[in-house]
Amino acid sequence: MQVNENKEFEPLIVAFCCNWCSYAGADLSGTNRLNYPTNVKIIRVPCSCRVNPMFILRAFQRGADGVILCGCHPGDCHYTSGNYFTRRRMTLLFSMLDFLGIERDRTRVEWVSAAEGAKFAATMNEFTEAVKKLGPNRRLEDLRCRKQ
Amino acid sequence: MLKISIDKLDELFEAISASQTLYIPTDREDGAAEYRKYESGMKLSNALNTVRSAKDFFFPQTENLVDFKMEGKNIEVIDIRKESEDFVIFGVRACDARSFTILDKVFLAEPVDSYYKTRREHGTVVTMACTRPSETCFCGVFGIDATAPEGDAACWSDGESFFFEAHNEKGQKFIDSISSLLEDGDTAKLEETREKTRSILKKLPLAGLSTESFGGDRMMEHFNSEKWGELSESCLGCGTCTFVCPTCQCYDIKDFNTGHGIKRFRCWDSCMYSDFTKMAHGNPRLTQLERFRQRFMHKLVYFPANNNGEFGCVGCGRCLSKCPISMNIVKVMKALEVK
Amino acid sequence: MQEAMINRAKQLLADGTVNRVIGWKRGEFVYDVTPAIFETAEELDTEFVYDDFTAANVSKYLVKECKKEGKILAFLKPCDTYSFNQLTKEHRVVRDNVYIIGIPGGPKLDAEKIKAKGITGILGAKNDNGTLVIETLYGEEKMPYYEALSTKCESCKSKKHVVYDELIGEDGDVLDSDRFDMVEKLENMSAQERYDFWREQLSKCIRCNACRNVCPACTCEKCVFDNPDSGVENKAPADSFEENMFHIIRAFHVAGRCTDCGECSRVCPQNIPLHLLNRKFIKDINSLYGNYQAGEDTTSRAPLNDYKTDDCEASIVHERGVE
Repeated sequence: MQVNENKEFEPLIVAFCCNWCSYAGADLSGTNRLNYPTNVKIIRVPCSCRVNPMFILRAFQRGADGVILCGCHPGDCHYTSGNYFTRRRMTLLFSMLDFLGIERDRTRVEWVSAAEGAKFAATMNEFTEAVKKLGPNRRLEDLRCRKQ
Repeated sequence: MLKISIDKLDELFEAISASQTLYIPTDREDGAAEYRKYESGMKLSNALNTVRSAKDFFFPQTENLVDFKMEGKNIEVIDIRKESEDFVIFGVRACDARSFTILDKVFLAEPVDSYYKTRREHGTVVTMACTRPSETCFCGVFGIDATAPEGDAACWSDGESFFFEAHNEKGQKFIDSISSLLEDGDTAKLEETREKTRSILKKLPLAGLSTESFGGDRMMEHFNSEKWGELSESCLGCGTCTFVCPTCQCYDIKDFNTGHGIKRFRCWDSCMYSDFTKMAHGNPRLTQLERFRQRFMHKLVYFPANNNGEFGCVGCGRCLSKCPISMNIVKVMKALEVK
Repeated sequence: MQEAMINRAKQLLADGTVNRVIGWKRGEFVYDVTPAIFETAEELDTEFVYDDFTAANVSKYLVKECKKEGKILAFLKPCDTYSFNQLTKEHRVVRDNVYIIGIPGGPKLDAEKIKAKGITGILGAKNDNGTLVIETLYGEEKMPYYEALSTKCESCKSKKHVVYDELIGEDGDVLDSDRFDMVEKLENMSAQERYDFWREQLSKCIRCNACRNVCPACTCEKCVFDNPDSGVENKAPADSFEENMFHIIRAFHVAGRCTDCGECSRVCPQNIPLHLLNRKFIKDINSLYGNYQAGEDTTSRAPLNDYKTDDCEASIVHERGVE
């Protein structure tokens, strides 16, 4: 958890972006000088299906307040079918997190193609706002990792 | 003996917790009992024993040992030890009370474990005699009298009142601290209750077990017994027995990277696990049979061999009810018994 | 039933079809049966038992046993046969090395339920027309038979044996069970209530790993929780995060492969209702990806190994249940 100059809570967002579509999309939003918040830390993966549920939990453990997964649109996966598995996996995982009482707005899957720089920036802005409203992650937090 | 009426228990607990932290066994919503920090209104459990033993208070499941901070190439070592605060554990049964003696032999022998020591010095153990032993109890086999528990102070119930007696200085200090609530009592009914309990203890299905076949003298005979294969064949290697056992004391030391420092902590380990005592070349006990054998040889042979005949089991019966596949020390003893 | 099973086992041992039998062995008390391997007719006669307390699922032991020489005879209840089929599908057992006799299932009793009533000193238990009569050190106790049922038997999903070489007794049907009722009840609570419920339950966890080790779906030679390189190897639940994480990850790893045999909840020493986590996954899979029962057959793909191009999006989580 961090605070900005106005002593407001600033969420830490971890974004897993697939190399071929969403990471390129992030690049494009940068080239077009479209702003998205500095709260977002991007982790590049070869395909969205590389993301293991343990990564998501570990991100929350280590201080993330929100985790978003970005990948190619279903049907356009660089590896043909990876994102189909991602879709099933993440739907079930997010449903389980919801079942345990973790706020729904802390997690999201968004499909962003390499040409959608604007969508990437807009998504990150929207997601950061949504997580900011929820406040710091306390339910999936590891107290040992909290900075004193 | 000094006594207090059972309806005044709430007052008693309030008085004790006013000056130090008090832990009592209390019922959870699922029916099992566990030790919890006393809060107003908490009721003392009627259960025979808790699922987790009282060793948690002196040897917690996880405990931070030391912290490290890295600054470039410099490592700063931060000693996080601090003196324990005074606390009272109320309602410890005779079996768990004896387990402290066994743990003391391990942790308070040279080199002394300072984390354990500070807790042991500041903790007052108030034991409670049993009145309804269960079929899984066999403390008598190890020389423990369920109607005369050890501890710093002991407590008995005759159904109407709780009677107290101090066993040492700490216990006396405890009784003095609550003496305003106690009054002198007639122990006639109590003696009747104790006699009844003693007769049940004699009738327990496991009362006839004997430790004669065990101890350091028959080490190789038991080690090489052919029965281990049969005994260990359905062991899942889960570690439940170790974690509910009041005398198991093995632990692992691990480092945890918090992102802004390292916490070195110790946590309970089980010799049933496949990576227990794993070393550079691997694990010396590769099969479940060897690991299973290790645990029971430790309790019945190695520990008494190293500790003047004191066995590493107190007969609490937790492993009898909690093992997922119902294997336990009683079955091992019966299989290995030398007639 | 016990007699019939022992006799058939003895026959099969004698004519050489099998060289050992996996079943249950009598213990000290009426309720502590241990899964065991029997190699001779004598052992079967003196120690084999099949009664109200033989709830243990022996399919997991077959993973190791089928690798040994010769064929092993396994007595499987209907729920156990689903586990076995799932293991066959995942190539964890060699079907040909096991001779399966399907036996009628439960309901089975759980001694913990009897003890939860405050009944102690249990020496014996018998069913007398719907009343369980328990002989104890403190006299006779009675309780309704159905209150002593193991949690998994309370909502039995099937009396059908999905795999067997022969049957003793009759085959049954797939049942219409109410096993998702509690899951639904939780789904309809608010997120805060759910969080509080699970915090209360999971804070009891002592990381004994009994649930993992008894689960027929958890057959990894090196579990991720035992592997120091995985980053999640922890022997103890140091804080609330680790308590949650172990169960979320374990439930996820068996999602789509869990046959809902109920062993995990039965063996938990702290009575945590772990089966609810697994049933939540099964309920989600059924509603989102089509009804799927793991272990029903040996050829279909598990839901998490499969996909359809028109699967729903992950955002559907926002549209279901209660926030």
